[in-house]
Amino acid sequence: MAASTSYSGVEQYNFDIVKKFSVMALVWAVIGMFVGVYIASELAWPFLNFDSPYFSFGRFRPVHTTSVIFGFGGSALFATSYYVVQRTCQTRLISDGMASFTFWGWQAVILLAGLSYLGGYSQGREYAEMEWPIDLLIEVVWVTYLILFVGTIMRRKQPHIYVANWFYLAFILATALLHTFNNLAMPVDLFSMKSYSLFAGTQDAMTQWWYGHNAVGFFLTAAFLGMMYYFVPKQAGRPIYSYRLSIVHFWALGFMYMWVGAHHLHWTALPDWTSSLAAAFSILLLMPSWGGMINGIMTLSGAWDKLRTDPVMRFMIVALSFYGMSTFEGPMMSLKEVNALSHYTDWTVGHVHSGALGWVAMISFGSLYHMMPKLWDTKVYSQKLVEWHFWLATIGIVLYIVAMWISGITQGLMWRAFDEFGNLQYSFVESVAAMMPFYAMRAIGGMFFLSGAVLMTYNMFMTIRQGKREAAALEAKLAAKMAHA
Amino acid sequence: MNFNFKHEWIETNIGLMAVLTMLAISVGGLVEIAPLFFIDKTIEKVEGVRPYTPLEQRGRDIYIREGCYTCHSQMIRPFRDEKLRYGHYSLAAESQYDHPFQWGSKRTGPDLARVGGKYSNEWHVQHLIAPRSMVPESVMPNYPWLMSPLDISDVAGRMKALRKVGVPYSLTQAEYEANVTKFGETVAKQLHIPDAQKNLVEQANFGNYDGDRSGISEMDALVAYLQVLGTMVDFSKYSDDAFVSDR
Repeated sequence: MAASTSYSGVEQYNFDIVKKFSVMALVWAVIGMFVGVYIASELAWPFLNFDSPYFSFGRFRPVHTTSVIFGFGGSALFATSYYVVQRTCQTRLISDGMASFTFWGWQAVILLAGLSYLGGYSQGREYAEMEWPIDLLIEVVWVTYLILFVGTIMRRKQPHIYVANWFYLAFILATALLHTFNNLAMPVDLFSMKSYSLFAGTQDAMTQWWYGHNAVGFFLTAAFLGMMYYFVPKQAGRPIYSYRLSIVHFWALGFMYMWVGAHHLHWTALPDWTSSLAAAFSILLLMPSWGGMINGIMTLSGAWDKLRTDPVMRFMIVALSFYGMSTFEGPMMSLKEVNALSHYTDWTVGHVHSGALGWVAMISFGSLYHMMPKLWDTKVYSQKLVEWHFWLATIGIVLYIVAMWISGITQGLMWRAFDEFGNLQYSFVESVAAMMPFYAMRAIGGMFFLSGAVLMTYNMFMTIRQGKREAAALEAKLAAKMAHA
Repeated sequence: MNFNFKHEWIETNIGLMAVLTMLAISVGGLVEIAPLFFIDKTIEKVEGVRPYTPLEQRGRDIYIREGCYTCHSQMIRPFRDEKLRYGHYSLAAESQYDHPFQWGSKRTGPDLARVGGKYSNEWHVQHLIAPRSMVPESVMPNYPWLMSPLDISDVAGRMKALRKVGVPYSLTQAEYEANVTKFGETVAKQLHIPDAQKNLVEQANFGNYDGDRSGISEMDALVAYLQVLGTMVDFSKYSDDAFVSDR
């Protein structure tokens, strides 16, 4: 092939797009986690709402979820998927223009979404609060992403498609499917941001939680497993533990996840058959989930010493451990008896964050620490800061989820407590008052996690600067040599 | 014929992989969502549930705008403690006109599915403006901006959009008469889109939810919405286990 033999000044890979998304992942991480700490503090100290619509919890909370899930998580996924698909297919992305469009389009989505929530535009659907014009923009960006990703795989130089790409593909397809059906809505008119959902009540609830849980299943799990399948073996310098296991758990995970959303609707007006079916699949889902965890952790077998010496490896292994823990906790919470206690409480919030902070954020940090120095052709500026980040993040997560376990279970028990005469023992507001110390503790846990992310951003900023300086020095050297010759 | 399946076929063919993945991820949703539109028992047959009046619907829009669902559920579960605290468990029928549903997922504050009629209008107004003046331990934000004037210019447009997604608001005489049969004349008048603005103004002036007669505020709409929540079905007409077989 001509492309591989002639060097025409075009780089082999499009790393420019990977660099852009990596930087924005860190920017959104800091913004999103800051807003998270802020709204957590509002619950402990409500004066922080400042009587202003723009700071009030209800409008601010989707800003947090959107900027961490879609801003930080999304940008990290775009960055790593573009990196992984090029490296494993040994080919350049098929179109720089399309890649660039996904970058600017996606950043516009996050920015517009955040601003529109503050302005009071919301669909009132969790994790899908964006109003219809933003949804349409997402749709266009996403289809471009799909074409770009699949097109690049079609141009691969290897017959086999590497396992990481299966997971990225499933994530892109599932997100397209979920986003499309969950956002079917009728705008008031073409010039109005307001729309009404196509479905109502029970059917609408089911559609939303089919979406909601699979945003977790595909956006926050399958895709990050793709990340794991490339970066863990790379960082460990070992092949994936089991090829067969990766096949089995890929298909099982993809098939089963889509059934479990209704466990968010236990004991509601959704018919029992639906939520029972969802509970059954939730329990089954433990197996493919742990298949992924085992495949990742066992990849390290024979190189366990790396855990002592390599903080980046530690991020990845702790991420997989939290993945294992939260995918055990999830099925447990989907049991109707447990759910009767845990639903509507902070336990759910704690569960989400053990997945989101422990798994999603930690695997992203590990992967970015591996990838970003390579992109700028240098080494990490400070290993010491990586160590600090690791401990700040880990302590932060533990504080967060312990606080939410205690507050969640306390709420659940207080709500259902009866006194000796068979009356409710506590008024609702007594349960609110009992939460105060745990809400404060959660906010402090969040601050730990946020400060770790700030350290990382500084460390990567310095790494990029170092990389640019080294490149400039090398170029100067070459130029001097050329001048002598 | 010896059919010897190899996963390698899929791994070397992106088209096949995409199609099979799409099939694998489509089944769950099809099996769990599609039947809900066809199985009759999904929505209980119950009297009294009607679409919101123009004022209530505008209140609901504000409820969604402020993200109330991030802290309040509207879905009472069939437990003894919830019955004592909130009332009869929620029926699917009660949210059949809710586009979107607002069942919520978190109770940082109490459930609101049956908050209608529990507190006076004055209580709600004061509580929304300054929650801690009524409930000292509350962590709810203050909502003083709700006393600003309500935008009623596009209320008919909003009802038209809701009509398109299936809410029986009437545009024509025939639709109006169908509503008279179904909901009675008083309700049917409220659901008639051509009279939307007039109906809204009348309800706000008559109800005077915000305690201020000088104009119609967002508070009027939100309190009107809160006061109707959970009040449409008269449960004294039904036996305790009337809805058990629908579950």
